[in-house]
Amino acid sequence: MIKFSERQLKIPRMCRPVYLVTGGMSKFGRALPEKRTEELVIDAFTEAARFLNLSPSELKSYIHSAYYGHFADHFGDQLLGEAVIHDRLGLDPLGNVGIKTGGATGGSTLWEAFKAVASGYSDTVLAMGWERMDEVPTDEGNHYIACAADKDWETPLGHIYTGYYAVMAQKYWQVFGKSEDSFRRTMAAIAVKNRGYARFNPHAHGAMKITIEDVINSPVVAHPLNALDCCLMSVGAACAILCDEETAFKLTDTPLRIDVAAGSHTLRPADRRDMEIPLLPNESSDQYKDLGERFPGGDRYPGFTGFLAARMAAYYAYRMAGVVDPTEDLDLVELHDAFTISDIQTYEDIGIRPYGEGRDYVESGDCYHTNPHTGEPGKLPANLSGGLIGNMHAVGATGIMQVIEVAQHIWNRWAEMHGDEKKWQAFGREKPADWKNLQVVGAKRGLAISHAGVGSHVTATILSHPDHQLERRA
Amino acid sequence: MSGRADRGTVKIVNGRYRPSGHFHYIDANTPIYDESGKLWGVTNPRDITHIHTYGGEAPFFEALKDGRLLGTKCENPDCDYVGTTYMPFRIHCPDCLARNTVVDLTKVANSTAVIHSFMVTERTGAFNTLPKPIKFINVEFDGVDTILMGSLAVGDPIIGQAVVPIFKTQDPTFTILDLSWVVKGTDASELPAGFSFG
Repeated sequence: MIKFSERQLKIPRMCRPVYLVTGGMSKFGRALPEKRTEELVIDAFTEAARFLNLSPSELKSYIHSAYYGHFADHFGDQLLGEAVIHDRLGLDPLGNVGIKTGGATGGSTLWEAFKAVASGYSDTVLAMGWERMDEVPTDEGNHYIACAADKDWETPLGHIYTGYYAVMAQKYWQVFGKSEDSFRRTMAAIAVKNRGYARFNPHAHGAMKITIEDVINSPVVAHPLNALDCCLMSVGAACAILCDEETAFKLTDTPLRIDVAAGSHTLRPADRRDMEIPLLPNESSDQYKDLGERFPGGDRYPGFTGFLAARMAAYYAYRMAGVVDPTEDLDLVELHDAFTISDIQTYEDIGIRPYGEGRDYVESGDCYHTNPHTGEPGKLPANLSGGLIGNMHAVGATGIMQVIEVAQHIWNRWAEMHGDEKKWQAFGREKPADWKNLQVVGAKRGLAISHAGVGSHVTATILSHPDHQLERRA
Repeated sequence: MSGRADRGTVKIVNGRYRPSGHFHYIDANTPIYDESGKLWGVTNPRDITHIHTYGGEAPFFEALKDGRLLGTKCENPDCDYVGTTYMPFRIHCPDCLARNTVVDLTKVANSTAVIHSFMVTERTGAFNTLPKPIKFINVEFDGVDTILMGSLAVGDPIIGQAVVPIFKTQDPTFTILDLSWVVKGTDASELPAGFSFG
C-alpha cells in the first residue's frame, strides 16, 4: 500500500488567472492526403483568428510563446516537426517547445501553455496540436502505437495496443459490469450516442446513425470490445489561445477562465501497486469500505479497473476551480472515450459517479444532450462533439479539440461553429437533413479529460464563464 | 525477419559495441499518383536494424533460456516499502531508488500463479510473431506486489485460473517471447515448439 506526502498532494495555486480566448480546428479524417500537416495547422489557426474577427496576422501579433502537441514522430517520419510548424506559422523567433504524452498530448500541451501564462512568462500563448496517422498502413500503425507500451515487456506481445488496454476492460467488465448483458448494452449505448452526435459535427469523420445491436454485432476486437466500441485513428489539427486577464479582455468580452491539472501512472499496468483511493471533494472516507463486498474483486485499487492518473488530475483540478460535485457544478464534459468501457471507468475516476456505479451515468440519461427517459436536458451531457469514437482521435490535437468544443457551448456559439453550411461544404461533407443544434443552453462551466495509453498521463481542464466562477476556487 | 544477406549483428568488446554487417538497406522510393496522373507524394522505404541494451534487466532475459523466472525485491532497510517484490523485474526500487535484489520466483510462479485478467484477439500489429488468436493474460503471484503480463500458449483464459510458466529453452530469442504460460495440468507434449517447463 503506497502513500503520498502532503507536499505531493498540494493543490496548485497559480500566480495569476489564465483565460481561453479562442480556438480552432481543421477537418478531421482517417486520411487527408490532400493536405500537408502545416496546411491543417494553418486551417485551425485561421479558424481561431476568425472566431475573434481577427486576421491570422493580427492574432499572431499577440503571441509570445508557442506550445506544440504532436505525439508520434515516427508516423510522420519527421523529428522536430514542431520547428517545421513554427516556421510555417511564421512565429520565429519566438520560443516554442514540443510536448508528448501519448493520447494526453493535447491536454498536456494546454497544461504547459496554461503554466506559461500563469507564471507571467507570456501574456498570450499558442497551444497547437496535430497528428498525422495516415502515412503508414493500419497494421504498421498498430505497431507504431504499440511502441508506446514497454518495448521489452509488452510491445513484442502482438504489437497491438488495444490488447494491453483490453485486459483492463475485461477486468472491469467482470468485476463492476458483472459480465451482464445489460452492462454490455450500456457500453454499446455510448458508441451509439457519440457516433450519433458526430453526425452534427462537420469536423467529425466517424459519424454514424447506428443501434445498440449494430455495436454488439460489429466485429470483435478483443472481447468485450467490438469495432464500434473503439475510437478512431485520425489526421487533423486543433489550437487554443490562452491569455492573461488584461489581454484576454482586450480580445473578447467573454474570455473563459481555464484551470488545467495533470496526473500520471505507470506505463505498464503490470507495475500498479495497491493504495487507498484518493478522495474527490464529493466523496467520503467510508463510502468504499464495502466495495469488495458489493463487487467481488473490486477491492484492489487502482488495480486494473481504475485510472489513478485521471483520479489525480481531477483531484487537483476540482479544488483549483472550486468544483465539489462535477454533476452539479459543471454543465457539460468532453471525456477521452478511447473505448466505451474506459469511458465508463472515467466517470468513476473523476467522480461523476462513485466507483462501481459508472454505468448509471449512461442508464440514467444524465450523459445525453436530451435525456431519453424524460425528454428534458441531460444533467451533464458528455461528448457532444462525438468524442474520440465519433469525431476524431488525432492524438496531439484531441485534448485541444475537446476544450474548444466545451468552450463553444459556454460561448453560446456551438450552432454557429457546427451548423454553417459553408463549413460542411468546405469539408466535402453533407450536412444531415435532420441536423440538430446540440448547444447546451446556459452552459457556464465544463470539463475536458485528456488521457494517454493505459492511463500513463491524464489532464483535467476546467473552463468557467468569467461571470460564473465557483466561490470555492483555491 | 527479412532475407537480407549479412544483416547486422553486434558484439560487446571491452565494453563497447562492435557492429558488423549491414544495419540498413536502401530501396528506391516510388511516386504516388492519382487517377489523372497528378503527383501527390512519394513512398519512403526504410529498413534499419536498431541496437538495444537490456542493461540491468539482462539477467531476467538471460535466465528465461534456463527456465528461470527472475523478479526483484527491495531490501533497503531504510525504505518505507522494504520487502516489496516486483514482477516485472525492476532494477531499482521506485520508492527509495536503491538497487533491488534479484530473486528467483520460478517456484512461486509454479505454485501460486493465477490469471488476474485476460483478453483474446485475432488482431495484431505489424511484426507480430505470436500465433492467433492471441491470448494475453495478467498473472498474479503470492507475495508479489505487481501483476505480470504474458501470453497463454495452451488453455482457455479464465480469471482465477491457475497457470504455470513455460520457457523457450531451445533456440531462445532472448526477448519476453521466451516466456509464456499454460493452464496448470497441461502435458509437456502440448507445449509449443522449443518450449519446456524449465
